[in-house]
Amino acid sequence: MSSLDVARIRKDFPILNERVNGRPLVFLDSAASSQKPVQVLAAMEHIYRATYANVHRGVYWNSEQSTELYDDARCKIAQFIGAPSPENVIFVRNATEGLNLVAYSYGRHFLKAGDEVLLTEFEHHANFVPWHVLAKERGVKLKFIPMTQQGTLDLSKLDELLTPQVKLVTFAQVSNVLGTITDPRSIIDRAHAIGAKVIVDGCQSTPHMPINVQAMDCDFYAFSGHKMLGPTGIGILYGKRELLEAMPPFMTGGDMIGSVSFEDVTWADVPVKFEAGTPAFVEAIGLGAAVDYLSAIGMEAVRTHEKETVAYAIERMSEVPGATIIGPTDPEIRGGALTFTIKDIHPHDLGTLLDREGVAIRAGHHCAQPLHIRLGLKATARASFYIYTEQREIDALIEAIYKAKHTLRK
Amino acid sequence: MEDLYRDNLLDHYENPRHHGGLENATISHEESNPLCGDRIRVDIKLSSDGTQIEDVSFSGDGCIISQASASMLMEEVAGKPITDIQKLERQDVLDMVGVQLTAARVKCAMLGLKVLKTGLYQYMVDHHHS
Ligand SMILES: Cc1ncc(COP(=O)(O)O)c(C=O)c1O
Repeated sequence: MSSLDVARIRKDFPILNERVNGRPLVFLDSAASSQKPVQVLAAMEHIYRATYANVHRGVYWNSEQSTELYDDARCKIAQFIGAPSPENVIFVRNATEGLNLVAYSYGRHFLKAGDEVLLTEFEHHANFVPWHVLAKERGVKLKFIPMTQQGTLDLSKLDELLTPQVKLVTFAQVSNVLGTITDPRSIIDRAHAIGAKVIVDGCQSTPHMPINVQAMDCDFYAFSGHKMLGPTGIGILYGKRELLEAMPPFMTGGDMIGSVSFEDVTWADVPVKFEAGTPAFVEAIGLGAAVDYLSAIGMEAVRTHEKETVAYAIERMSEVPGATIIGPTDPEIRGGALTFTIKDIHPHDLGTLLDREGVAIRAGHHCAQPLHIRLGLKATARASFYIYTEQREIDALIEAIYKAKHTLRK
Repeated sequence: MEDLYRDNLLDHYENPRHHGGLENATISHEESNPLCGDRIRVDIKLSSDGTQIEDVSFSGDGCIISQASASMLMEEVAGKPITDIQKLERQDVLDMVGVQLTAARVKCAMLGLKVLKTGLYQYMVDHHHS
């Protein structure tokens, strides 16, 4: 039983028919990067085969065709996340670049020594290291919203943390390790009340649930295309218009200028001001096709399917002797990723043994070392799900874990 | 394939040789693999003329590959002249482990050798002989 026609969907993902180590691939690492449907591959291939030319630069048909498709993709993506206009949508390489753009452009322009940035303990390194660097460079202080035992954010002390020095608040809407879903409004409204700006890391939420940045009222929102059926090399930074207007460019060069003389340079309008050089426009168009695919399924249905899948995975994992689930076990507040440990088996050994069975999971610290320090764990294992994940694959995971336990005599 | 975690490897993991540390070590060195948190410390007792590994012991925690390969390495180097250790290469450790490892797991297997060699080299630099 599923809210999605998973069998139909799987037909669009040729890689799911591949075999690994002689067994059918059971791909449970979509939180790291998702697989791509033929519709996305075809959209990109068509450009390379039939219409390719650079954007913005030519007055001939091919170049104008590229520009039109590129602009279309921006519109689709703006609509997908509920942005007021395509001008709020900046194409970047990935969420990491989007977050760095905010840290470098907004952070270095508007923050000064003594100001504070409020983060959470479960941030991905992508939303951690840029702030660390800013803090070192500018004498900005970092503070952290703590977690509860269940792995949700402990917002009881939020008002105490939101001192007048806090200028920026940033958090992942869905934790890539704990799976915890945080209601963004529960933080954003209180942060805005003290005049702080809020960045939401939407890497693990945009692919998996309906998003509306205007309803959320965040100031910036970053995510990666490759985790939501799109190609690598393309991501999005959304920003409120007035902020984007006030910010200096992050990188400079071609395309992003208004005019250049020997004495002076003016910047292009938002969003192009932030897009120096030839953009990954084929990838942007590929992401547009991914957004079409997801919109046709419906993001409510995607979320429901993942809720069902994670609920089933939690149920099955709970039966395994020695298994510990990391993070919330309530599917209502857990995204489509299940992080766990198996007593006396190092996650890397588990990952290797599961690979022998064709089961692909992630093992390690998932780019969240501070969180693992907080949890007192060196590494964890993570199985993550998407629109093409079947219950049968969870069964294969559980069976492979039993087999690994047997092999290692645990 | 089937023998990745074969009995020899598991045996070294469950009953590590030269394990637990040395009281009177000449050299102690520890490193970890930040990617997975594997950690190994090697204690070495050199002979009085400083040319021979009289005794060696490791301690640490981590995956089976890292700990078992360290145990195998300890067995290999105990009682050997330092010049032999300097010659030890990545392939020697892979041969000891004796199973096919993917690139990510080769790093786990190499941690023991890295700690052993770095410890020795640092000692040699500190004591001005090379
Ligand atoms: C929560 C979160 N933030 C940021 C990132 C970074 O994404 P990328 O590597 O695509 O820039 C990831 C990806 O793993 C993530 O899960």
